Parts: sequence; C-alpha cells; structure tokens
Amino acid sequence: MGRYILRRLIQLVPVLLGISLLVFAFLHLIPGDPAVTLLGDRATPEAVEQLRERMGLNQPLPLQYLSFLGSLLSFDLGTSIFTGVPILDEIKLRWPATFELSVVAMLIALLLGIPAGVIAAVKKNSLVDNLTMSGSLLGVSMPVYWLGLLLVYLFAVNLQWLPPSGRIGIDAGYSFQPITGFFIFDALIQGDFAALGNILSHLVLPAVTLSTIPLAIIARITRSAMLEVLSQDYIRTARSKGLKELMVIGKHALKNAMLPVVTIVGLEFGTLLGGAILTETIFSWPGIGSWIYGGILQRDYPVVQGGVVFVAFMFVLVNLLVDLSYAFLDPRIQYK
Amino acid sequence: MAIASSSRSKPGPLSKLRKNRAVQRFLESTSGLIGLGLTLFIVLAALLAPVLNPYDAASARDYAARLQGPSLAHWFGADGLGRDILTLVWYGLRTSLLIGLVSVLIGLLIGVGLGLAAGYFRGWIETVIGWITDVMLAFPSVLLAIAVVTVTGPSVISVMVAVGIVQIPKFIRLTRSMVLSLREQEFVQTVRAFGAKPPRIVFLHILPASLAPLVVQATLAIGTATLEAAGLGFLGLGAQPPTPELGTMLSDAFKGGYSLSAPWTIVFPGLFITLTVLAFNLLGDGLRDALDPKGSQ
Repeated sequence: MGRYILRRLIQLVPVLLGISLLVFAFLHLIPGDPAVTLLGDRATPEAVEQLRERMGLNQPLPLQYLSFLGSLLSFDLGTSIFTGVPILDEIKLRWPATFELSVVAMLIALLLGIPAGVIAAVKKNSLVDNLTMSGSLLGVSMPVYWLGLLLVYLFAVNLQWLPPSGRIGIDAGYSFQPITGFFIFDALIQGDFAALGNILSHLVLPAVTLSTIPLAIIARITRSAMLEVLSQDYIRTARSKGLKELMVIGKHALKNAMLPVVTIVGLEFGTLLGGAILTETIFSWPGIGSWIYGGILQRDYPVVQGGVVFVAFMFVLVNLLVDLSYAFLDPRIQYK
Repeated sequence: MAIASSSRSKPGPLSKLRKNRAVQRFLESTSGLIGLGLTLFIVLAALLAPVLNPYDAASARDYAARLQGPSLAHWFGADGLGRDILTLVWYGLRTSLLIGLVSVLIGLLIGVGLGLAAGYFRGWIETVIGWITDVMLAFPSVLLAIAVVTVTGPSVISVMVAVGIVQIPKFIRLTRSMVLSLREQEFVQTVRAFGAKPPRIVFLHILPASLAPLVVQATLAIGTATLEAAGLGFLGLGAQPPTPELGTMLSDAFKGGYSLSAPWTIVFPGLFITLTVLAFNLLGDGLRDALDPKGSQ
C-alpha cells in the first residue's frame, strides 16, 4: 500500500508540471504586453519597462517558466493587481466558504441520490424509477445558475422564506466571530445557535442549487450499479437463505454497488470545488469561484492565474484521494 | 485488402439486417423518439428564426414595452431594452446551437485524430497524448474554457474554440480505447497481413468500426457543449451585443438587476437552454440504445 501511494504521487509530478506549464503559457498567450495589460494604456514607457524588469519579462521564456515554477513551489502566487493582497492570503480567506458549500451540496446529493438510485433499481421500470430517471436527466440538462435564479425568485423574493445571497445576515454577522472560516463549525464551537440558524438558512439555496448535477449523476450511477449487483448469484443465494429483502439490499447489494459511486462522488466533488463559479456568482457567495469571476471581470490576471492553479491542484488531489480510497473499499484490488 | 474493400462497398445481408435492427431499436426507445422530436423542433425553430419573427433581434426596440410581462404583442414579454424576448430566444437558440455543433466538431476532429494516433502507434506518441489528456482533465471544464476565452477575448468564435478544446480529452480517451481493442481483432490483423499502410488501416478500417460509440458520444457532447457555452455567455465571456445568445440573455437580466422583478427575462432563455440540452441528451441515449446496445446496459 505504501509503495502504491508513493507510485501514485510520483505519477502526479508530470501532471502537476503540465498544469503549471499550461497556466504559464496562458498568461503569456494573452495578446499584448502583460505589463501594459497590468498598468493600462496610459502608463508611461518607463513604468512599463520598470514593471517588465520587475516581472522578469525581459528574461528568456524557459528562464521565466523556471522562476514561475520556483515561486509556485514556494507557494508564492503573486499579489492581486487591484487589492494588492497576496493571492495565497486571499485563497486562505475564501477557501473555507467554497469548501463548506461544496461539502453541504455533496451531502444533499448523497442523502437524496443514493436512496433514489436504490429505489429506482429495486423497482425497475416502475413509475418511481421513471420519475427518478427523468428527474435526473432534467438535473443534468439544466443550467445550474438558471435554477439558482429561479429558486431565489421563488423562495427569497416571493415567499421570503430564505435569504437570497451571502453567507450570514448583517445582524447575525455583527456579533459572530469567525475562527476557522468554516462558519458552521465556528458557530458550533462557540455555541452560538442563533448565528448557526442564520448561517444554515443562507446555505440552503446555494447548496441545493449546487447539488443538482451531482445528485442527478449519483442517482443514475447508483441505479445502474445496483441493477448489476442485484442480478448476481450471491444475491440470489442471500434471498434463498430467507434473508429479509431489506437486509439483502441494504447490506449485501448496496455495499458492493458503492465502488462506482465513490468514483463519481470524488470526481464531482473535485468539480464542485472549482466549478462553483456560476453558483457562487448568483448567490454572492464569498468563495474561490466568485473571486475568480471578479478577477476575470477586472482583468486581474494574477487572481485568475492563482485561482486556476489552486483549483486544478485541488482537483488532482481529490482524484488521488479517490484512487487511494479504493484500497480500503475493495480489498480485491491489488496494488503492486 | 480486396476482401475488406469489397465487403465495404457492398453491404451484405447481415449488415443490412443489423442496420434495420438499429433503426428498430431506435424506434423502440422512448427517450430516443422524444429526443428526436425535440431536436427537430429546436433545429427547425433555429433555422426558421427569421421567418418566425415579426421583430428584428438586433434593432427592434419597443421602449414602451420595457420589462413588460408576456402579452399578445410580446408572447414571452420584453427585456430591459424593450426587445421582444421571443425573438431573442429564437435567434439566441441559433447562436447557442451553432456554438454547440461547431465546438463538438472541433473536439471530435482533434480528439479522434489524437486518439487514433495514440491507440495505433502506441509508444512515446501515446505517452505524450496521454499526458496532454491528463493535464486537460485536471481542470474543471468551466475553468479550462474560461482560461481559453480569457486568452482569445470574448466572442462567439472564442466560445466555440474554448468549449471545443474542453471536449477534446473525452474524444481522445474514447477513440484510443476503441482503437486498442480493435487493432488486435482479426479483420485488422488480416488487412495488416495484406500489407496495408497504417493510414489506410486507421482511416478505412478502424475508424468506421468505432463510429457508433463516437456518434453517441458526439450527440451527448452537443448537449454538454451547449450548456458550457451558455455558462460562458452568462459570465459575459460569450456572444457580445447585439448578437443574441441564450446565456448572454440570462447574464443581461442578472447584471441588469431585473431578473427577479421581471422573471420572464430569465425563465424563457433558461427554459430553451434546458430543452436544447435535454433534446440532445435524450437523442444520445436513444442512439446508444440503437447503435451500441452493450454501452447502454
């Protein structure tokens, strides 16, 4: 197992190098002089030259890439042009918001998607099955930000049950002291239940919106994995032993049907961490996604670059963890 | 080679039967039929946009009707500039559909080319192409597309290229796996034994045999591509005014601050994005049932 982990880590090196190369190329492919882009059209030639020197743009490309790689390795992602805040500090500040939202969205997707998939498989071709599958198809066909806007219109504007945007209300936010940045956790350890309620109410709409696609995919995968497992001999044996159906499905079938589901959960979780740009924008959620979007609007390239590098690295890391988790879930898989 | 080409030019009774069976399986697939109907509707609506509309999408503005709800004059209501939303939706559908089709074509051509090369030649070519695929897949697709558009600047063409690039790795993986299983099969071995050159083997024998899964994947990809393109449009990176595009319409309503006070400005564009994506997803499912029964199980 230890050797397998080591091998997977070594395999990551070329991919991470590729990501850094692509991001480096991306900044250099932007038409025009980056220094002029950063300073604006009205900058004096001296200022541009000074910035070019400071950014190392006068050096040969391979050397520039090496120094970019060097700063990545020392976690130096540069500073934002507009706020002057180091990119890493900004990520540290915003990352918990994205993570909290993604975790809650994934929990919703799992809690609804797995039972829906199991029921659809057990009652194959029934009305429930057809409804679940149609719903899941609709889920992957809808633009999530559109669903988000509709939910805001219905629940925040019309019914006024839930807040339309943000992480915490102004009143509750006034007395609330974040410690880790994970608001649910912070409210719990401080025993501040009024703030907790407020935080949760702010989470409902964005988390439901964000959970749509993983929910639809998890339901589909669970159904097809369950159908495959349910047709196997050991399930017939379990049934012929006289085991209760609930036991057969819940204990014998579900456990073996979970492997493909874990793969998808991992992939989707990786996507949630980075792909929340649209959802975060709709709900003014102060996470990584809305920050990258702001960077795009303001042409704040260090922000876009830093954000993209961070998200891609997280994505790779989550996929690695999924691969490693197989070893624990399925002892039949041999790691040589 | 003679054997292979003669079997290609004259389809034997067996392949005819198989084709009929594929059609039969498609006709039995409910999702396929609904998908086909929806796709025809969407494509027709997009093609007939200039005929269907009393208004000009780019210039016709009825300031008095600004942000008014659905009425007889404006079935889907009017937007913040007093433009007829129905007209914008038909024309927007045109742009969105065109982006979806062209970007999948880009992804398909490049992806299949690289996939064929990787699967057939193996060795360092496969390693390099595999590395490119891994790196591209390390980016969430929206983010990769955003990165590309940031470089190329926002426009319809940029979105086509960006979404097309995002599609490439999926086609590389699919084609490569098809080639790997086909290249060891007897009919390919036979052609090779007759002395056929690699390009001939790849393009005349392996590619036609992998067509079914590629057609299915491409159909499904049009749905995904349309969704991704609309997402870029919503972020303001897609079609620029006055070109109407469904994602851009949602973006206008959201940024203009009237999406919630005049919900028809978002309901209809979003509905038609959903219908388009749904149409191609259903059609793809139906085609898979018909052409690739193993894949649908």
